[in-house]
Amino acid sequence: MKKVYINSVCAITPQKTFDNTQFLEELIEYDANVINVVNPVYKDFIPPAAARRMAKGIKMGVVASKLALKESGLENVDAIITGTGMGCVRDSEKFVSAIIDNDEQFLTPTAFIQSTHNTVGGQIALELGCKGYNFTYVHSGISFESALLDAKMQLELDEAKAILVGGVDELGDHTVAIHKLVNHIKSENINSNALLESKTQGCVFGEGAGFFVLKNEKQESSYAEVVALNTYNTLDEESVNEEAIRFLEENNIEASSIDAIILGNNGDVNFDGYYNKLTSKTFKDIQQIYYKHISGEFNTASSFGLWLGARIIKSQILPEAVKLNITETSKFKTILLYNQYRGKNHSFTILKQC
Amino acid sequence: MDALKLELKENIIEQLNLEDMTADDIANDDILFGDGLGLDSIDALELIVMLDKNYGIKLADPKEGRAIFESIDTMAAYIAENRSK
Repeated sequence: MKKVYINSVCAITPQKTFDNTQFLEELIEYDANVINVVNPVYKDFIPPAAARRMAKGIKMGVVASKLALKESGLENVDAIITGTGMGCVRDSEKFVSAIIDNDEQFLTPTAFIQSTHNTVGGQIALELGCKGYNFTYVHSGISFESALLDAKMQLELDEAKAILVGGVDELGDHTVAIHKLVNHIKSENINSNALLESKTQGCVFGEGAGFFVLKNEKQESSYAEVVALNTYNTLDEESVNEEAIRFLEENNIEASSIDAIILGNNGDVNFDGYYNKLTSKTFKDIQQIYYKHISGEFNTASSFGLWLGARIIKSQILPEAVKLNITETSKFKTILLYNQYRGKNHSFTILKQC
Repeated sequence: MDALKLELKENIIEQLNLEDMTADDIANDDILFGDGLGLDSIDALELIVMLDKNYGIKLADPKEGRAIFESIDTMAAYIAENRSK
């Protein structure tokens, strides 16, 4: 089987991350319970005629994919695989609201046709003229990992040479309102730097897009190798530490040889216990990294985690803002990523220097 | 009639999400589809619904749309003659 390499990365998040010449040097500090992305100038990347029908999530996905492709030096790819937990919620909200407001009359097509979950993947393919495999995974907190796993398997089996894989989720007003009602979003504003001390239920919602070009050939500019990836629909809090060890052993890696662990803590007092099991046991003395205090939580936020891991391995720089503990670690060769959302849909990913 | 034309331009800009355009950018005799403003068949559906919703005009024959939607002038003339609200 061939190895799988991350050859380019792009993340659009509530921080200015889409510009890869910077690495979390200037951070925006939020005091909120919902945070939106820092928008690139979409007009620089998408023709106005095409952009006018695109909601924000589609624009984020298209621009992130274009930037990732540009960095990879490729003009096109063999496949486009997208993950999204919520899909194009803005257009969904728009056409469903129109149905209600207009008593099922006067319905227009644009919002409906752009509301499907696979719109982002479709628009990327149209922009690139890519007629290859195009698939969208919708699986809550492991939507992105499902896309990544598909890409990894295809590249390992040499069924494709280069794949654009990404995760994207946007915020919509109604979606935010109903998540506030059920306390999935914190009722109080939280300062970015105090997220994990909040000790209240719910999290700070965010949005974003993370796209990567994966290839089964290493190149000079490769960021990291994607060694292994596993997803779990359910995982007991008491067994998460054992599962992490088992997963590493399965891939012939000892827990002690991990240089850092990137965790998806989102400050929800009901579910951060999963992460605490890891940080208080096997990975207690290992460099711990977190990121949702600067990106917010969204179903594909783990794509930002992968972006972070890949950039740390390539640059060997660990930005101060994402350190969860203080260690002497200065070399980052192997990084383990763990993420879950509301105690379900867990994922472990191993990245290795290449 | 001028008020109706201005209203139409504003509605078209909003409904069709013509970012960065203002009513002043659309001349009354500008061709709306094809090489003119660049509207397409999906926009035509949006305009048909807009006629029904805002002016109570139902276009029974979609082929009629070609002449009606040629420009703001032609749209305004048709609406003035056929509107029920």
